[in-house]
Amino acid sequence: MITLEMQEKIQQGFQEEIEETKLLDCMRCGFCLPACPTYVHSNYDETQSPRGRIALMKAVRDGDIPFDGSVEESIDLCLGCRACEPACPAGVEYGSLLESARNVIQRETNAPVKEKAARKVAFDYLFQNQSAMEKVTSFVKFYQRSGLQTLTRKMGILSFFPSTMREMEKVIPKIEKSNVKKGMVYEGKSKKTKVAFFTGCLMDTMFAKTNEATINVLQELGCDVWVPENQVCCGALQGHSGELEKARENAKVNLQQFLAEDVDYIVNNAGGCGAFLSEYDHLLKDEDYALLEQAKQFSSKSIDITQLVYELGITKETLTSKQQSPVTVTYQDSCHLRNVSRVQDAPREILKAINNVYYVELEGSDHCCGSAGIYNLSQPEMSMKILDDKMEYVNETQAQILITTNPGCLLQMKLGIEREGLSDHMEAMHLIDFIDDYIL
Amino acid sequence: MFDRGRRGKKILNREFIQKLEGISGVENVKTSTASRLSYSYDATAGFQSMPDLIISPRNTSEVSQIVKSCNEQDVPIVPRGSGTNLAAGTTPTNGGVVILFNNMDQVVELDEENLTLTVEPGVLTETVHGYVENRGLFYPPDPSSGKISTIGGNISENSGGLRGLKYGVTKDYVLALEAVLPNGDIIYTGGKLAKDVAGYDLKSLLIGSEGTLAIVTQATLKLIPKPPSKQTMVVIYKSMEEAAEAVSAILANRIIPATLEFMDQETIRVVEDYKQIGLPTDCEALLLIEQDGPEAVVANDIEKINEICQRFGAVSITRAANEQEAESLRRARKDALSCLAQLTPTTILEDATVPRSEIATMVRAITETAEKYNVRIQTFGHAGDGNLHPTCVTDERNKEEIKRVEEAFAEIFQIAVDLGGTITGEHGVGEMKSSYLEWKIGREGIELMKSIKKAIDPNNIMNPGKMFAKSTKKRVVVSR
Repeated sequence: MITLEMQEKIQQGFQEEIEETKLLDCMRCGFCLPACPTYVHSNYDETQSPRGRIALMKAVRDGDIPFDGSVEESIDLCLGCRACEPACPAGVEYGSLLESARNVIQRETNAPVKEKAARKVAFDYLFQNQSAMEKVTSFVKFYQRSGLQTLTRKMGILSFFPSTMREMEKVIPKIEKSNVKKGMVYEGKSKKTKVAFFTGCLMDTMFAKTNEATINVLQELGCDVWVPENQVCCGALQGHSGELEKARENAKVNLQQFLAEDVDYIVNNAGGCGAFLSEYDHLLKDEDYALLEQAKQFSSKSIDITQLVYELGITKETLTSKQQSPVTVTYQDSCHLRNVSRVQDAPREILKAINNVYYVELEGSDHCCGSAGIYNLSQPEMSMKILDDKMEYVNETQAQILITTNPGCLLQMKLGIEREGLSDHMEAMHLIDFIDDYIL
Repeated sequence: MFDRGRRGKKILNREFIQKLEGISGVENVKTSTASRLSYSYDATAGFQSMPDLIISPRNTSEVSQIVKSCNEQDVPIVPRGSGTNLAAGTTPTNGGVVILFNNMDQVVELDEENLTLTVEPGVLTETVHGYVENRGLFYPPDPSSGKISTIGGNISENSGGLRGLKYGVTKDYVLALEAVLPNGDIIYTGGKLAKDVAGYDLKSLLIGSEGTLAIVTQATLKLIPKPPSKQTMVVIYKSMEEAAEAVSAILANRIIPATLEFMDQETIRVVEDYKQIGLPTDCEALLLIEQDGPEAVVANDIEKINEICQRFGAVSITRAANEQEAESLRRARKDALSCLAQLTPTTILEDATVPRSEIATMVRAITETAEKYNVRIQTFGHAGDGNLHPTCVTDERNKEEIKRVEEAFAEIFQIAVDLGGTITGEHGVGEMKSSYLEWKIGREGIELMKSIKKAIDPNNIMNPGKMFAKSTKKRVVVSR
């Protein structure tokens, strides 16, 4: 329930925190509409489009309409995939507008207690505390190995959770202990480049194997890989859900950790984290000069693993799949890798360059898969609608391997494969795992 | 500027809303704050007004029932495609009901013998392009908003596009219409016919009527064979006059290019500033020229165009060797609007149009007018058909400047009309240009249009506040 007092505070918050000129950048041409997954999947409802959301923010800010449940729903339903940004001829900074709006809304509405509690655990504790995350995932590991998993599945305890969570539980990978040692420098096979490796919280726990593969591939390509010891979560999950202050705290810790040594690149292997890292300068724009300069330095060094591997010249070498028989692969973009970091050719060029690998372009690969951080848990209905449509196109590619470059997308793709009943002849993989397993 | 709508009209009562819900289903009727705000605007700067209700009928019969109900209760109706028009044609000026066609978006029939495609109004223009081109056919009208605009919207606005010179505009490709009149009657006009002189041409009356007469519920479009090949070139001129002479000479040599676009010096400067692609900022005109057709014909035409362009003093001519190069050549022209849009908060895009022989005169006059009123106007557009897009970059919060912008545009419209042109070539009249319409068609023209409107829509429920102004702008006396 949104009270009158909340409405006033939200209007005031919008006035103070959403820049009017950024709202006015939108000339309402509508060119963003076909790029927006929620617009397309809501049967072309303007209310669920970027142009609509910007108009709503402006109208609330100007006092033309009150902030009510219908406005809240529209803002909530946004995936934050930012596909509207490359489509926009006027260069509207939609991501920044959304972030500011959500920050105000989150602060001024009293989200339900249960949700708040869940957020508190997730954001204050897990994502800020690497060892806690490790503990939780070790529990999951124990749970998987002990046979409890089978038992709970049979007993249907998980039926208390929303159905996506139940399905999600099936596709969560076996948690292996991460062998990546924090504080270590892994030496490259030849000396070319020194990089600092941002391990990411999900990648470091649920996808520990991918992090090992990342280091392995970089070493092969001649990189010294330094893993800063006390790095923390990039802050994206907090930032995207309207908890900007917490995101800033994390960013400051990472600046200190990563800028302690001089490196050529700060590399990550999660498109979502990478985009956020590359925008630390934006996140910390109101901080003092020295800190902002550090943030700019950090952001300019930040690079995605696929882009780095491409720039290091992997496609210039002869790449051949280790498999006897040819393998068909397709690629789903990570939205933030494509729309924010603007990396779209590198992963495709790498896949196309491998002998005995047949690359098929996935129709609509530039459209979000519906994972979007915790969106698939908070908006299960829209998320599954988007996913099921996506899987129809995936099915048409007849690929054996569905490749992506971000943990959230990877889980969602695994979920899609499961839902579509394709798990006996298709698997989802991170690009780096594919390179590590199939080529090197 | 922001208007809560329903000027002097009554608020919809619960009973009426329930009646509409009964017609199209509760799930297809929306009245929430967010929905009403989201349908309060289109792509026109400075116009906004909230409707009372948004409805998505599922078929022609439902449209008829909705319109009939609104007519009985005197409730305004605004039919809306994707809301990309640039003349405030779909802003609900008087509140009322917005009708959407997101539930009427099917391709009904492809007739390969008669080369026609029958579609519902909600089908996207791009969907039509893809659908027919996959089958070796071609639907030429290509408004810049084609990725998201609907066929219903294109017909209501009689949309143009880049291919207008060679292939014509929407009206040249509509063979038949099904439409609902304000009293709920359903009419069928035209057919899969090249020749049809049975009575008044009602189809042509409805095309471009901007939702003020009837609601199109189905259309049969004319298709032509898809041209097998295409070539692209960019030509740069030191002066506007040389470019204009080259354009005239190309056409005088019996060549009609598929695309003949141009950008003026101010636009070239802005694009170069943003993109740094090596455009010469000391030159007054850039021409993007494309020809399509059978390969031998295209090669021959491009050779001739090349020769003509050189003869008229081209500074440089760049020809694309393949599609990738062609795309990068098109880039500069395609980026024009977006680069301008990034300059300032508000971008006002106009479409004054003159006979193509007057292009150089018109572009000079626009530049002079902008200087006179101390506003920034860049011009680009379709050189081949004289359809110019003088685009003003400004800030809608600066009331004093906006007033000067309005005065400058009024003068530009007047000059266009004086040169034998028009106030709008492809965007439409809407609310935005209604007060200038009389300059173009005269008092008698307005009176005739009003009597047609009154005969078809006596209660003035169809998109009221559009096309006809409360008062006409006083003519500007331009002395040059």
